[in-house]
Amino acid sequence: MTTALSIKDLRKVYGNGFEALKGISFEVQEGDFFALLGPNGAGKSTTLGIVSSLVNKTSGQVKVFGYDLDSQSDKAKCELGVVPQEFNFNMFEKVEDILITQAGYYGISAGEAKQRSEFYLRKLGLWDKRDEPSRSLSGGMKRRLMIARALVHQPRLLILDEPTAGVDIELRRSMWEFLQELNASGTTIILTTHYLEEAESLCRHIGIIDRGVIVKNSSMRDLLQQLNTETFILDVSPTLDECPVLEGYHVALQQDLSLRVDVEKSQGMNRLFSQLSEQGIEVTSMRNKSNRLEELFVSLVDKTLPEKNSKVGENNE
Amino acid sequence: MSNKQLFIAFWTLLVKEVRRFTRIWGQTLLPPAITMTLYFIIFGNLIGSRIGEMGGFDYMQFIVPGLIMMSVIINSYSNVVSSFYSTKYQRHIEELLVSPTPNWIILAGYVLGGSVRGLLVGLIVTTLSLFFTDLHIHNIWVIISIVFLTAVLFSLGGFINAIFANSFDHISIIPTFVLTPLTYLGGVFYSINLLPEFWQGVSQLNPILYIVNTFRYGILGVSDINIGLAYAMIIGVIVVLFSYSMYLLNTGKGIRQ
Repeated sequence: MTTALSIKDLRKVYGNGFEALKGISFEVQEGDFFALLGPNGAGKSTTLGIVSSLVNKTSGQVKVFGYDLDSQSDKAKCELGVVPQEFNFNMFEKVEDILITQAGYYGISAGEAKQRSEFYLRKLGLWDKRDEPSRSLSGGMKRRLMIARALVHQPRLLILDEPTAGVDIELRRSMWEFLQELNASGTTIILTTHYLEEAESLCRHIGIIDRGVIVKNSSMRDLLQQLNTETFILDVSPTLDECPVLEGYHVALQQDLSLRVDVEKSQGMNRLFSQLSEQGIEVTSMRNKSNRLEELFVSLVDKTLPEKNSKVGENNE
Repeated sequence: MSNKQLFIAFWTLLVKEVRRFTRIWGQTLLPPAITMTLYFIIFGNLIGSRIGEMGGFDYMQFIVPGLIMMSVIINSYSNVVSSFYSTKYQRHIEELLVSPTPNWIILAGYVLGGSVRGLLVGLIVTTLSLFFTDLHIHNIWVIISIVFLTAVLFSLGGFINAIFANSFDHISIIPTFVLTPLTYLGGVFYSINLLPEFWQGVSQLNPILYIVNTFRYGILGVSDINIGLAYAMIIGVIVVLFSYSMYLLNTGKGIRQ
């Protein structure tokens, strides 16, 4: 199998002395859908910035489909499409001109660039806006424009830095479908996101970076199998005044009078339901406290920084 | 990238630059036309008629070459400094940095874009000047070469300014406090032979004096300075500025973290 992205001993020390990357190494195979996760300031954007040639590395090696980013940069860059976190196109240019210009930077002739622009603008629902200045687009449209622009030279590796940040649910779902379709057609995708549900449902491999170090790099399946305990929220009837005792389970009564139950992988749920039933408590609905990946993520990063863990927890409540 | 792909990348950048300044022609092409027309009317016609001759020519004929070059200098510089700084500010420089376009093509695209604006404004001002005086051409090759070299030189200057600029204030400091005074003191409105000997020597340290006089030589056939020396200086400065710009681009100064 071909390696789409190879990073070896990558190190970045900024001018102020801050060491953002402490010699990280990982690989992404061709055809993969890879999530690079980590808390804010962990080094995700620095890593992707170096791969995209927007940040100078201090040391280390980056190869894109075998092409060294230092010695064969033009070949490496042709294989790479980048969708950054923030809008970075000319707000005064027309939508179609942005794509045609970008294609030109890759040496694609105007005629070919026009055809490709039409294809991707139609694909991403922007064809009707082709003559509009980009500043007039909505936030979601601007994100789609950046994806179309990143694809116009038809790269084999697409990097997306938080592509669905601030995007409404409907658009997020349609973007997921588009990315899955793109991945199915053979494009390798690397994604960073703070929506762990997004990473869990889209990605097959995952790398977790924390304070400039890769703390986990494995397949999503292997990672999720490490999860020993899942927490469920049960809405119950009748309303409880005090927390019931359920043998073998850790149970807490929450402020909204629902029950929070920690269930170990080896335990199963039948005994829980039978105990509740014996006590005359009916379960009216049930859900995960947070998604499974999120629980693992929290356990893997910031082990030494409990205040950060509590913040993640607050967001989930 | 193949030569054809390199040319496409260069052409794309050049077309984008020309499209930018023609789209905002009210800010880029019209103001120098109005300003220079006022110079022709006030300095050339009204005041010039009382001054009489300068360097053996009537005053209007004397100042026209200087005013044309002043337009070329300011517009070449302004185009690149504002365009490249905006590209940095809006972060669409990243479109170029992620692409395989080599740095020398990026530099060539911006510099030629600025030069095209400088030459276009120079042409507009020259056309306007014909309503006020007759222009005789002494040496067309000197005229063409010096205008082009000047546009390239100041486009490079604008590029370097834009790389170091961190705010919109920084892109107006050099044009306001360096270029404009040097242009006014560069023999646009007077022959340096009118100055006391000491100030003639000081004036010869002003690079714009060489540019204005070389262009004046191409039109009128007279110059306060040695034309060969002027060419050597201008080409030398272009080589230095080009090399420095390439160094800045290659190290990512101001554009890469």
